[in-house]
Amino acid sequence: MSKLPIRARVASTLGEAAGKVSRLTGRGDGSVIGGVVGLRVAPDLLRQLSAGRQIVLVTGTNGKTTTTRLVTAAIGSLGQDVASNAFGANMESGLVSALSGAPDAPYAVLEVDERYLPSMIKATSPRVVVLLNLSRDQMDRAAEIWLVARRWREAFAAAPDIRVVANADDPLVAWAAGSASHVTWVAAGQRWHEDSWCCPECGSHLRRDELGWRCGECGLSRPSARWVLDGDSMIDSAGAVHELSLSLPGRANRSNAVMALAVAGLFGADVGQALPNLRSVVSVAGRYTTVQRRGRTLHLLLAKNPAGWLEAFDVLDPDGRPVLLAVNAQVPDGKDTSWLWDVDYRVLRGRPVLVAGERRIDLAVRLEADEVPFDLVDGVEAAVDRVPAGGLDVIANYTAFQQIRTTLGRTA
Amino acid sequence: MTVPNSRFAANGSGGAGHRRPGLNGAGLNGAGRDAASQDGAGRDGDMLWGAEDPGLTARGPLTGPGQSGRSPAGPSALRLVWIYPDLLSTYGDRGNLIMLARRARLRGIAVEPIQVNSDQPVPQQGDIYLLGGGEDLPQVLAAQRLRAGGGLQAAIGNGAVVFAVCAGYQLIGSVFGGAQGEPVDGLGILDISSGRGDRRGVGEVLADVDPRLGVDRLTGFENHQGVTRLGPDARPLARVTLGVGNGDGTEGAYAGRILGTYLHGPALVRNPGLADLLLSWAAGALPALPDADEAWTRRLRTERLAAVSP
Repeated sequence: MSKLPIRARVASTLGEAAGKVSRLTGRGDGSVIGGVVGLRVAPDLLRQLSAGRQIVLVTGTNGKTTTTRLVTAAIGSLGQDVASNAFGANMESGLVSALSGAPDAPYAVLEVDERYLPSMIKATSPRVVVLLNLSRDQMDRAAEIWLVARRWREAFAAAPDIRVVANADDPLVAWAAGSASHVTWVAAGQRWHEDSWCCPECGSHLRRDELGWRCGECGLSRPSARWVLDGDSMIDSAGAVHELSLSLPGRANRSNAVMALAVAGLFGADVGQALPNLRSVVSVAGRYTTVQRRGRTLHLLLAKNPAGWLEAFDVLDPDGRPVLLAVNAQVPDGKDTSWLWDVDYRVLRGRPVLVAGERRIDLAVRLEADEVPFDLVDGVEAAVDRVPAGGLDVIANYTAFQQIRTTLGRTA
Repeated sequence: MTVPNSRFAANGSGGAGHRRPGLNGAGLNGAGRDAASQDGAGRDGDMLWGAEDPGLTARGPLTGPGQSGRSPAGPSALRLVWIYPDLLSTYGDRGNLIMLARRARLRGIAVEPIQVNSDQPVPQQGDIYLLGGGEDLPQVLAAQRLRAGGGLQAAIGNGAVVFAVCAGYQLIGSVFGGAQGEPVDGLGILDISSGRGDRRGVGEVLADVDPRLGVDRLTGFENHQGVTRLGPDARPLARVTLGVGNGDGTEGAYAGRILGTYLHGPALVRNPGLADLLLSWAAGALPALPDADEAWTRRLRTERLAAVSP
């Protein structure tokens, strides 16, 4: 902090004060407003706050917040402070707040909105950029993903010092990372294929087999990976196998963990040192939280887009306990519910399904078409009363999830 | 556009008038569905959702009965051909295929959904062809491949029905705007021409359908920057009361059995009347569905219409 120019110091301090006011008055968690205030005083604040630190940027469509948390935990095993925008405030103001709040942290792990990655690369000069995945998401306001990938590619071509850690199994991500000078490839898996049937380079239909993907026309193919997710285990860059044994559930989180360990490895943290820290992460900004309610145990899952729903279904109780689905279509969710038709709900057959949220009728029509029996409920409390004592899985999109957390008293 | 469907046309008049023999008889209703479900191929999902391998989602080229083996849904199944879901499926476009299949099956019409990827020839013997939305580059690629392939054009010559959405709508016209707004040749099977407008039209749409088509008011969502002008051989599908549509107060276009719209993704979910129009073009007049099968769809329509009404 003391190295900052006076204007930046004032801006940062004012921003911190605004964040405190926000928290004290209960208006928010303060992770955005502080940055907004600071940036107004010193528009160059992010660059100044980033200078001299080892910055990691984490982006992709799904898993940003969780992976940011896991990378923070993994790098934390080195014993030094790590700044992070842990609550998903991933635009410039959120990054400013995170860095202002930890002025002496030598490391910073920052979640970045995928559309803003190029400008955040310019502003923060990161050592490492983590690319998780790219798939359709809230397309009424988000850029189309081939365009996003193209902009990433241009940004890496212009920043040869960056080390990219990228998921080799996602063709769009692999293509985008292909322009970087240094890439650590991770075989992190890809369950959602609907946005990558065609080659990002030439547009031809991609071939897929157990070894990965390949374009028959231009030859673009899955890079070979040095870090590999293999079921419940991981193979590190030295070839050693580790049981992941995470507390966080699901394939997607194992994938996120391997990405995090690969990043930490670049900073000299070995797997044996970092993995216990990852295992201690049990929930992330309310996701994967377990809440007790009148004899029921609620398991909260956030799913914001088709690929996210696919991963959430993977986490559902295998014995068919009831599930509540809640869907809204406010601005943060995307006002367009078309994506419901990109999700295959047939996996829910055989378990009691409850439907809530502001767009529950859209969901009802969708489930009817997939021949999944369901009942409408007014919200999470009604759902609790509707199911027998025991477990209830809850999958909700963004604002529906926040509403459920609020209803449950933010114990979540 | 009055070429009758070569496989089913009884009277050769084209349009909504012809019937498919055998499909509407009460005695065949159950049989059609049973045939579809016995081997598991008739379920929407089993056909529409593949496993991990992209090849499994595609039925492969359809070379006609007797050449490609027995059609799993029976020789007289209604063939719904989804063109290039690998390039043109951005906004829940699968919903249109699911709704057409569902509303046909509820009336006892056996259905064979066929997905054709961009590396496969478009079969010429389909009954209804679907084209969905896509980003700029995939749209250009799809247009190039469809122009070169000729399968869709031949199918239209056989009297097939075409339902095209957003990017798919633009590319069946004579010209559309490419990634930099440059003109790109379309298929020229509908007399429209499109270019890029000044701003993106994003949001709910309400539009009143050409009364000749007998379809209720359209409700849907649009997300595009295209501007479309209709030539003398195409009619506007509807008049916009909310939203952008073609950009001149109209929305979509049709000629004969070819129909396009900017209402993206699952347009037929909120507009079952439009789904039934397409089905009737291919299969003849349809009986009304029981109220129980329409209840959720009606509720959704009511809710969405109320949500945007002043």
